[in-house]
Amino acid sequence: MATYRELLAQVKTEIDEVSSIEAHERLESSDGSIFVDVREPDEWDEGHIPGAVYTGRGRLEQRIEGLVPDKSRPLVVYCSAGSRSAFAAKVLEELGYLNVVNLAGGFSDWKRNGFETTIPRTLSPEQRSRYSRHLLIPEVGEEGQQRLLDARVLLVGAGGLGSPASLYLAAAGVGTLGIVDADVVDESNLQRQIVHSTDRLGEPKVESAKRTLEALNPDVRVVPFQERLTSENVDRILAEGWDVIVDGADNFPTRYLVNDASVWSGIPVVHGSIFRFEGQVTVFAPGVGPCYRCLFPQPPPPELAPSCAEGGVLGVLPGIIGSIQANEALKLILDRGDSLAGRLLLFDALGTTLDEVSVRRNPDCPVCGDHPTITEYIDYVEFCNAPVHH
Amino acid sequence: MAAVRIPPTLRAEVGGARELEADGSTVAEVIDDLIERYPPLASQLLQDGELAPFVNVYVGGEDVRTRDGLETEVSAGDQLILLPAMAGGN
Repeated sequence: MATYRELLAQVKTEIDEVSSIEAHERLESSDGSIFVDVREPDEWDEGHIPGAVYTGRGRLEQRIEGLVPDKSRPLVVYCSAGSRSAFAAKVLEELGYLNVVNLAGGFSDWKRNGFETTIPRTLSPEQRSRYSRHLLIPEVGEEGQQRLLDARVLLVGAGGLGSPASLYLAAAGVGTLGIVDADVVDESNLQRQIVHSTDRLGEPKVESAKRTLEALNPDVRVVPFQERLTSENVDRILAEGWDVIVDGADNFPTRYLVNDASVWSGIPVVHGSIFRFEGQVTVFAPGVGPCYRCLFPQPPPPELAPSCAEGGVLGVLPGIIGSIQANEALKLILDRGDSLAGRLLLFDALGTTLDEVSVRRNPDCPVCGDHPTITEYIDYVEFCNAPVHH
Repeated sequence: MAAVRIPPTLRAEVGGARELEADGSTVAEVIDDLIERYPPLASQLLQDGELAPFVNVYVGGEDVRTRDGLETEVSAGDQLILLPAMAGGN
């Protein structure tokens, strides 16, 4: 039976090690190496190597494949002095990781050399509890949750789509939600606009939404813009800095304004639209995929646009489409999964069918194409703009 | 014979149908067949003999503008999707 010292000595002969100086060179050269910290949580909280991923030694085997799915990625494993991580390195090799090294001397030696460290911002005990179901998902985790808390999402419209989208984004802990909407809460809104309620009738929608969302989650700050998005104010509103725009507007002029502004500011738009029993949802990511004008270069003439009077919408439909929009926004913030960029989903609530069509960037697109012909905002004739019917 | 998915914004023009069967071996022929039976569709789908810029047609999930436009071939059993722009979000 081997003693601990004998076992450690044995393991050290079976793994490769690098010095702090070599490890630091890897970090500086951004060669794709991933630093894996296997210490206890309190040690991590007191400081770690910048960019390292954290998984305590106890859950290493369970969690590492979620954190680093590519087993050919070079891994630098470290603990405080290099012993716990030696065993961790051996286990990682047994799990099939092809290029694992142990940091000799560990984090203590790293600090002795004066190399940079990061002190992580930590979640409060209340946040740890509130977001516990996110923290359990490898794709979110503590780092992802911090990203969400730091994120800024602008919702255009606090109506049918904006209601569920904003509720789920607030619940998820997206730290700043801007909301643009000029309207007040009307009785006819309440069949679907679930961020509002009967006691808010007559209240500006942005204020009503702010009350609901900030009551749902005190980590969220709502920035209200009680105005209609126009060519006059769009630059001012976007200048406040947003990571993602969730477009739940109710008219073509605003849709095109949001599109053109987002292309020029490089902000991705999660686009949703609804009519009666049918919804459409996609992502327009400038520089990555198509824009709204690649899909529809220009709005239909007013006489051919679906008239408001014969419109109507099944109350739950915006709940479904707006929730998909929230999902896409969260993925864009977390930089996880496959976004809907380049794909348009068509949901039919009557048949409960989901169709998908491709949307490609159009090199001749008047806004995001190779030779744009539209370079300033266009104020389309407003139609279907009857607030009492919204 | 192709199955054509009618979007909610155009259902009034076709008596409320969500899907229609139509004849034709190209997109143009399928659309002509539909317009012959439902003349009000003409202004919603075509402009100067071309597809209107505010409507898209997909065959097999691909925008026909990225293929051969109105001349894109349609095989028996293909699904066509007509998709006019719609703006509602409220």
